[in-house]
Amino acid sequence: MAEPLLDIRGLQTHFHTFGGLVKAVDGVSFDVKAGEIVGLVGESGGGKSVIGFSIVGLIDPPGKIVGGEIRFDGRDIAKLDERAMRRVRGREIAMVFQDPMTSLNPVYTVGRQMDEVLRLHTDLDKAARRARCIRMLEDVGISEADKRLDAYPHQFSGGMRQRVVIAIALLAGSRLIIADEPTTALDVTVQSQILKLMRRQVEDTGAAMILVTHDLAVVSEMADRVVVLYCGRVIERGLTDEIIANPAHPYTRGLLDSIPRIADRQHRLRQIPGTVPDIRSIGLGCSFRARCSRAQSLCAERSPDLAHVRGSLDAACHFPLEEAAR
Amino acid sequence: MTQPVLEVRNLVKAFSIGGGFFDRLQIGGGKLIAPEKVLNAVNGVSLSIAPGEVLALVGESGCGKSTVAKTVARIHAPTSGEIHIDGTEVSSLDQKELRPFRRKLQMIFQDPYASLNPRQRIKDIVIEPMRAQSDRKMSGRELDAEAIKLLGRVGLNAEQANRYPHQFSGGQRQRIGIARALSVRPKVIIADEPVSALDVSIQAQILNLMMDLRDEFGLSYLFVSHDLSVVHHIADRIAVMYLGFMVETASRDQLFANPRHPYTQALLSAAPSVDKSLRKPEVEIAGEVPSALNLPSGCCFRTRCPLAFSRCAVERPALRPQPGGGSVACHLHDPAPEAFTS
Repeated sequence: MAEPLLDIRGLQTHFHTFGGLVKAVDGVSFDVKAGEIVGLVGESGGGKSVIGFSIVGLIDPPGKIVGGEIRFDGRDIAKLDERAMRRVRGREIAMVFQDPMTSLNPVYTVGRQMDEVLRLHTDLDKAARRARCIRMLEDVGISEADKRLDAYPHQFSGGMRQRVVIAIALLAGSRLIIADEPTTALDVTVQSQILKLMRRQVEDTGAAMILVTHDLAVVSEMADRVVVLYCGRVIERGLTDEIIANPAHPYTRGLLDSIPRIADRQHRLRQIPGTVPDIRSIGLGCSFRARCSRAQSLCAERSPDLAHVRGSLDAACHFPLEEAAR
Repeated sequence: MTQPVLEVRNLVKAFSIGGGFFDRLQIGGGKLIAPEKVLNAVNGVSLSIAPGEVLALVGESGCGKSTVAKTVARIHAPTSGEIHIDGTEVSSLDQKELRPFRRKLQMIFQDPYASLNPRQRIKDIVIEPMRAQSDRKMSGRELDAEAIKLLGRVGLNAEQANRYPHQFSGGQRQRIGIARALSVRPKVIIADEPVSALDVSIQAQILNLMMDLRDEFGLSYLFVSHDLSVVHHIADRIAVMYLGFMVETASRDQLFANPRHPYTQALLSAAPSVDKSLRKPEVEIAGEVPSALNLPSGCCFRTRCPLAFSRCAVERPALRPQPGGGSVACHLHDPAPEAFTS
């Protein structure tokens, strides 16, 4: 079997704050193979964005990667210094953020920002770089690319800006793209255009993608595999279709039930009671126990480890759900 | 037929932008002129809500759905059109005359962080509208008791009543906003994207609460949202907006089963879903919403419509009632005049 492109083992990213130690990512393991889209899902505070930032080495103090390995193409990039990391970031691993306006520099033209990537990561001459930028913009669906190259970010609409950001991410021919809520700020008709574009790019280039999102519907349409996070831990992972149809963890079930279904309208939505706990106050035991209908005394005593449940599913639960009879 | 609690006819709201007189000043044709730059946010929207009914306004950003909500609540003054609350025309009333009607219509906002005063205890947040609007004279103790009862109804306990907004999570703050809206016993609640800022598990809690309160207090909602699955859950009727125009209205089941306007079809097919079986045949639309500063001639949607034909650029389609209920503004659903049938 092929070696995974990215293999994260026991990643721990902690933040030392005045309020105490926040274990934002606490022992997360998963892998991503070339040509695959893996969805990281969870609610706010799950740690999904921090994982993305950890991979590209953009965790600033008071945050720190305190344990675990991030093996990219066989070497542990968590241990690289900033100089070496700079060669990986942008060239090997690219990132697409939620808000395209904050990831583009407002005082430079789009062309100059695209050119910068090629100048740093390739030895092409000026004319060749410009030709490549134009082709890239056309690839992401921007017409009159030649003219648009000399426009500033504010002259683009939200969806167009996100296309530019994706074009920049793809320019250097990165093998891993981390997309952090890439369509959350966009309207649905534009969202579906952007998702289709990203899917096609993955298929065409054979790159791998980590799609970080809170939206299970987006994940179910895009990802091959899903990793569900809660309070900094992986609580379930497996093939997308299996997780969506028959999750093993009560939290995943609860998340799916919270989404209003058009096909199956209930008078009341099944809701998960309570809110996500303060990550500092969980203590021993399962972080989901206070909101879980299946919790027993064991759940307060010992935190469950991620273990194989059935099919492709691994879950961190003492009392995982049986496969629903259909 | 029962009288609608809220009825809006031909509501128009245009914002004048481009700065003040001196900012706009320029020389044109040898003269000094100050052209007015106008953003047409809402272009003649009509709607009515029956007692106990939930009407949802859906559309993408910039379609004017929030402007309709805010104009109906008289946060903005309408440019033209009529707003009837409980049978009385209020669009021409001044602030003082409007007061008794404000009680019948309350608003819940999208951002539960920005819509609560950070320096007020949540109990006082709920009491303030009662003091300002109720015609019942209540003592301080009665007001306290009433506020605590309302907070209890939305799922907050008495001991939390003396806390400040920053001590609550997003979902709890939205509950406080709902309690504040309920405090004057309104007939209609205008909810502008009330669950968009919340996590999905919290979203379900708030939607359930809103449905329960509707049954308990006999409320009507004007529910503004971009999220079709949320709208499908809560609405009885749905109105789809695009670029300040209403393009389709229909009952919930009809709209989802049989969308008639090409834009509605595109919107439904673009919405991602966890139900594989539900993925609709793609109605792909390219590009983005044109600017409201410069509306296209004819049909507002023709620049993106895959089915647009010559008539669409010339004539703006009117919202016409359709056989089988609902109404659509599209030339494809309109008996064409002779000139265009070739």
